[in-house]
Amino acid sequence: MAHIEFAEGLPGIRGPLAFSPATTKPLGDLVEVLLNGPHTLTPAEREMIATYVSSQNDCYYCQSCHGSTAAQHLGGGAAAYKLIDQVKQDYEAAPVSDKMKALLAIAGKVQKGGKHVTTDDVERARRHGATDKEIHDTVLIAAAFCMFNRYVDGLATWQPRDPDIYREIGKQTASLGYARRDWKKPLAAATTK
Amino acid sequence: MAHIQLPEGIPGILGPMAFSPETAKPLNQLAETLLRAPSSLPQADREMIATYVSAQNDCHFCQSAHGAAAAHYLGGNEKLVGEIKHNFEGAAIPDKLKALLAIAGKVQKDGKLVSSEDVARARHQGATDQEIHDTVLIAAAFCMFNRYVDGLATWAPTDPQLYRENGKRLVEEGYVQATASLLGDAEN
Repeated sequence: MAHIEFAEGLPGIRGPLAFSPATTKPLGDLVEVLLNGPHTLTPAEREMIATYVSSQNDCYYCQSCHGSTAAQHLGGGAAAYKLIDQVKQDYEAAPVSDKMKALLAIAGKVQKGGKHVTTDDVERARRHGATDKEIHDTVLIAAAFCMFNRYVDGLATWQPRDPDIYREIGKQTASLGYARRDWKKPLAAATTK
Repeated sequence: MAHIQLPEGIPGILGPMAFSPETAKPLNQLAETLLRAPSSLPQADREMIATYVSAQNDCHFCQSAHGAAAAHYLGGNEKLVGEIKHNFEGAAIPDKLKALLAIAGKVQKDGKLVSSEDVARARHQGATDQEIHDTVLIAAAFCMFNRYVDGLATWAPTDPQLYRENGKRLVEEGYVQATASLLGDAEN
């Protein structure tokens, strides 16, 4: 049971987002810019960073939602979902670019603590073509998901285990994004903003 | 040296904010809402939660900046802020704030460590759902801010006077305005 009272039937972060609209607005705006704004990294790549950090933080809801969103950005087929699982388990061996591996390594260090990011980590990313903006955004995505994971778990939100729910969330998020969403809508009705 | 090219001489989080204004905007709005918007939790208490979490995360810039803001609200009581960082259970603060700091400390480690006993303790001291929500989100947000500041290896000044001045500014102007004016000053 959640630590505070949320509206019925809202999974994961949606309960808290509906509970506190004043903080939800900047949170939604932040994620929209970070994960969907115009960028040299695709939304799928940025969702992958969010998913990886959430799995390192062992946050079931976050890794499932963002993993599904990443997979949907890649077409939503079985292969896309399998790729996301590979990234979570062992990104160094996954079929992603060397630049992505270097950025995921940075994200992994940020997840432990910002001071764990070394100049070697950054140089590796630069060797594979990462720009200042890509490094900045990788650090901030990883940091932000260390916030979201703690928000979702810290309030003991309801985190369903039905994969169809996450498939649906992934489809909705890939199509609608994060800003100006009505988080109070139950999942089935949440196909529009 | 910072891991990316940041404007010279700008401390802590301000460098990354100058680098990336599109993300600075919602970050400042979040801080403003969490730490200064009308709430049953005094602004001083909320800054103390931010400072405590930042100290647990060993982020020099954040604990100094928010510690200075907290001290400013407390009429300059830097000693109390130090006690909160090192031993809040023994500090001269209300029991409700101690219970909320205990929750914040758990969130800092891992959200799953917040137990129903931790929450019951806070409720026993009169904490509301909103106050518990805000405590968890402040603690979570500072786990983000601390990683942002340290993850880019930003410059953390050591002069306490600089933090005192910035603390006063944060209290008087808030996060959105103070950032704009500090970055504006840096340009001139």
